[in-house]
Formats: sequence, structure tokens, C-alpha cells
Amino acid sequence: MTAKIILDVDDVQMRFGGLMALSDVNLQIEEGKTHAIIGPNGAGKSTLLNVCVGRLQPSRGTVMFEGEILTGKTPYEINQVGVARVFQTPEIFPELNLLENVMVPALAKRDGSFKFNAFRNVMREADIRDEAEHVLEDLGLQEQRTHIAGSLSRGDKRRLELAMCLVQHPRLLLLDEPTAGMSRADTNRTIEILKRIKERGMTKVIIEHDMHVVFSLADKISVLAQGKIIAEGAPDDVRGNPKVQEAYLGGAHL
Amino acid sequence: MSVSPSPKKELATIAIFTVAVLAMPIWLAPIGAAYPDLLQKFAIFGIFAIGFNILFGLTGYLSFGHAAFLGVGSYTAVWSFKLLTMNVLPAVIFGTVLAGLFAVLIGYVSLRRSGIYFSILTLAFAQMSYNLAYSVLTPITNGETGLQLTQQDPRIIDSMFVEAGAGLPSTTLFGLKMSGYPGFYFCAVVLIIGFWISLKIFNSPFGMKLKAIKSNQTRMGYTGFNTRPYLLVAFVISGMYAGLAGSLMAATDPLAGAERMQWTASGEVVLMTILGGVGTLIGPLLGAGVIKYFENIFSSYNENVLHQIFAALPDPLEDAVVAVTSLFVGEGWHLTLGTLFMVIVIFLPGGIVEGARRLKSLVLRPTVRKYGFKTDQPTTRS
Ligand SMILES: Nc1ncnc2c1ncn2[C@@H]1O[C@H](COP(=O)(O)OP(=O)(O)OP(=O)(O)O)[C@@H](O)[C@H]1O
Ligand SMILES: [Mg+2]
Repeated sequence: MTAKIILDVDDVQMRFGGLMALSDVNLQIEEGKTHAIIGPNGAGKSTLLNVCVGRLQPSRGTVMFEGEILTGKTPYEINQVGVARVFQTPEIFPELNLLENVMVPALAKRDGSFKFNAFRNVMREADIRDEAEHVLEDLGLQEQRTHIAGSLSRGDKRRLELAMCLVQHPRLLLLDEPTAGMSRADTNRTIEILKRIKERGMTKVIIEHDMHVVFSLADKISVLAQGKIIAEGAPDDVRGNPKVQEAYLGGAHL
Repeated sequence: MSVSPSPKKELATIAIFTVAVLAMPIWLAPIGAAYPDLLQKFAIFGIFAIGFNILFGLTGYLSFGHAAFLGVGSYTAVWSFKLLTMNVLPAVIFGTVLAGLFAVLIGYVSLRRSGIYFSILTLAFAQMSYNLAYSVLTPITNGETGLQLTQQDPRIIDSMFVEAGAGLPSTTLFGLKMSGYPGFYFCAVVLIIGFWISLKIFNSPFGMKLKAIKSNQTRMGYTGFNTRPYLLVAFVISGMYAGLAGSLMAATDPLAGAERMQWTASGEVVLMTILGGVGTLIGPLLGAGVIKYFENIFSSYNENVLHQIFAALPDPLEDAVVAVTSLFVGEGWHLTLGTLFMVIVIFLPGGIVEGARRLKSLVLRPTVRKYGFKTDQPTTRS
């Protein structure tokens, strides 16, 4: 039985001057699955996501999402087809409060990439507000909803960014180290949240250094080292793979 | 203010604002500012600053060329008086629309860049317009003399109804002369409408998205928004406010000169907005009022007046004091403005509105200060 491929990275190469950040990367993400990408620092993991969301144009190769070519599209077009991303360093709206931070992406989902709705009071956008409140509550941020986002702790910023993505109900969610900088308790809470999303059938690609997170969530793991995928498979297979242990931790056990 | 005021609060705001503006001749009388010429200036520059704030305050894009739109509005209005009618209504509408079209052009090009490069591009465009008005465009702008009314003007619409009189006609609103208080009240009504529109924009989803662009434009892209058209719309709206202000200047005094487009005029509206409080609803208006009020007072002082003021001092001291203070008045009033501006930017970056807020919290929560508690109040955006 073959599952439907939702994201297809095909022979992608990304060169920064003399540095080959990604060389001939092939990656297939199956619908509804959680796919983890692990690898040492500087392996090219974030670069791969950058290519997927249109921040970088690859030197070669293409990225397809549900049969549509993403390569060459702008970030906002890629978001509008249903791809959302949590960044390695949180990208939020620091001067707006939490509620506004989540309402803005909800508006993008409803109104598309441009709409001139200047004569309607935001307070009348009850649906958008409810949705935003709901997601904030889901992530345990509702008590801080009138706080300025810039004043949050690093872990909370990450959770807020996750809320901003979830409110859009993306078909594909890309997460770049969603638990970095979080306490153990917050990390476990995030794992719970991500598990719950999975039940709703959202496809996820997750980059993570924390193996506890990876093994709690991943259906499949790809290991990236020096711009190449060196191993791929079910978590248990990858864990036992000597090639991975050598590349990833210089021989230490995962 | 948390998220944004409810429609009810919005209505209350606009009601209070309307009363305050219409009653300006009363409550500004004690400080000697209640005469039509100055009141008109308050209203006109208030409109200019409110519009400027829609771009700068909401999106963070700092234009240094908004005087170009002011100029376009003025010239267009005077042409409307010359060709069509002395009625101010068409003049104001044409002035606003043409400035808007002009803003589409300048905005489209300038918004390809952000930050300082955007500012420089707008400045370059405005200076270009200014120079063109003095040179190539003389047939339209009448060069250095400025565009004025003449006896030979066709005034097609007016001439269908009445014979041209002996002197130069004055601007009217369907027969009501636009000089003195009627002129002020016309500007005041336009200001109220302008403020109401700005209030609507601030509290709308559109306004929220503009604030989000200011906060993190990169995130907006990954959130699915095409930011370029948002910025362009904000730019054009603020250009139209500037054109509206320019045409009102012509409506109360029907002539237009190129100096209205000079960079100093563009800079003035930046000062007004920052002085009052960038991104606040009422701040730019306060900034405009304060600057125009002090300009009016300080620029009218000269050495004689100063000698009278300091007459009580012993003579040598009086001369010294007058010598120093005279640098700051009359032509030198800009020195006062510059100093005031520096003080505000350094000590009160949020402008007058921020100052008022701090004062209010000092008065309302004295205990906090007395015991030196750190307030754990959520900081919310106003
Ligand atoms: N925009 C860029 N310009 C030049 N070099 C870049 C750029 N982005 C990334 N690189 C380089 O590409 C390599 C891969 O970087 P990348 O950020 O993808 O690593 P990563 O796997 O995400 O690492 P980490 O785990 O530390 O986040 C690094 O050597 C990095 O310095
Ligand atoms: Mg990375």
C-alpha cells in the first residue's frame, strides 16, 4: 500500500558560493504523517525548509506540493496553497498582542493574499476572533492574549508562532526546532499538542535536535548530513543505523 | 486600549472629536489662537498629518516626499477655480483625486524598496516635482510667481450663471464665501470626516494588517499576505490626504506656489507626526496644532517685542538676554522647533501622547510610585 505523497522534493541542490548546502536532496513526505529531519548543526536542514517555502530559490531541482510546483513561487503564494512554517528563531509580530498575532494569519486564510477591508471594525470579526481565541486556548496562551507578543519568553514565542500556523489549518506544517529553548515541561506540552494535531490528519515535517521529541512524534526519519540525505526510514531502523550514529554524533549512541 | 475599541467606543470618540473641533474658536480663545486664519491652519495641517500617519504610523514606511502631493492638490484646486468654478467642492475633490493618482505612480516605484531607500526615493521624487514646477512645468505652475487667479480666467461653469464681476472673485461653497469663519468651518468639517476615516482604518482588519507589516514584514509574507498592494493602498490614501490638505490651502487662499512642495514642507509633517506621537490616532493632530501655534507666536516676535518683555531686567542684562533669545524667534523660529524636536525625541520618543499617558499614570497610581512597585500590568498596544 502506498500512501499519497503530499510534498515531493526532487533533486534539489542549493549552493552558497562555494558551499554546497544541499546536494541532490530527494525527499517524499506522505500525507498525514509526521516526518522528522535530523542531522548535525549546519547540515542544511533549515536551508531545505527555506527552499520549500520560497525564501530561497534552489540552484537546481524542484519542490512539488500536491502536484503543484512550488519552486519559483513567492512565500505568500506558497502559504496560500496550504503550507505554513514555524521558524528556528520565532517570527512573530512583537508589537502586537497575542490575539492580534493569531487573528492576522486567520485573516490571511479567510481573505486571501489581499483584501481592502478598511471600513469594518475588527471587533465585528467575531468568527476570526473566536478562532484565534480557540487556538490560543488550545496552546495554553489564552491568559496572556492581551499581552504584547514581544514580552513573551522564548518558549512562549515559539508556541505563539505555532498558534499562528495552526489557526490557518495548513495542509502541511513545517516546524524548525519547535521546542528549542523550552523547559522540559513546555517541551512535553508541545509534544502533546503536536500529537493532537496529528490526529486531525495534518502532515508535518519537523526538524529537531531533541531525540525525545523526535522519537515521540516521528513516523519516519530522514538524516541529513553535509547537505546529503544519508539515511531514511522508520525510527527504529534509523536509530540502529551505524552510518547515522557516526555522522550525527561522531559514534555516540542515539 | 487593548485589541481595538468597539464600534460603540468609536462612535463616542468621533462625537467628542466633532464637538472639540467645532468648538475650537471657544476653547482656543484663552491662548489667543481663536482666529480663523490660524484655526484653518490647524485643521489643514491636521488633515495632512493624519494622512501621513496612516502611512508612517501604521506601516512604518517613512516618506520624505509628501509635500509633492500637497503641491499637486493646491495646483489642481487653483486650476479648478480658474477653469471651472470658484466653488471649493469640485476643487477639493479634483485635488484629492489627482494627488491620489500621482501617489499611485510615486508609490509604485518607491515601494520597491524599504527603509532608508524608500525614504530617499520619495524625497527624490518630491524634489524632482519641485524643480519641474519651477522649470519645465511653468505653463501649468506659473513658475516662481505661483499660480493665481486672473480676470481672464474662463471659469466655464460660473460664467454660465453669473456675469463676471469687476474684481477677482473669491472662493465659495455654493455662494457662501470661504474666508474667515465659514472657511474654517468648511476645513473643520473636512477634518472631522478625515479623522473618522482614519479611525475606521485604524480599527479595521486592514489597519491591523498594516500594523502587522510594520511589526514584521517577513512574517507577513509567510503568513500568506502580498504586502506590496497593502503598502501601495496605504501610500495612496495618505497621498490623498496630503492632496486634500493642499487643495484646502488653495480653497482658503486661492494661490499655489512650488515652495509648497519643497523638502522642508515634507519634513514638517514628519516633525508634526513624531512630535504628537507616531501611530497614535490623535497624536499627529496635536503635533500639527502645537507646531503651527508656536510658529505663529514665535515667528511674530522681533527684537522690539523681546525688549518689551525683558524690560524689567537691568539694561546690560536685558541686551544680553534679548541677543540670545532673538536667535530663536522671528526667522529663527526653526531653531526653537529644532530644539523642541530634539528634546521630544530624546526624552519622550512617544511624543505628546506618550507624555500625556505617563502623566496620567503618575496621577492615577501614586501608590505604585511611592512604594516603587514594579507593575505587572500587561503592556498592551494602544
Ligand atoms: N543565506 C545563506 N547564505 C550563505 N550561507 C548559508 C545561508 N543559509 C545557510 N547557509 C549555510 O548553509 C549551511 C547549512 O545551514 P542550515 O541553516 O541549513 O543548517 P541547519 O542544518 O539548519 O543547522 P542548525 O541545526 O544549526 O540549525 C551552513 O553552513 C550555513 O552557514
Ligand atoms: Mg537550522
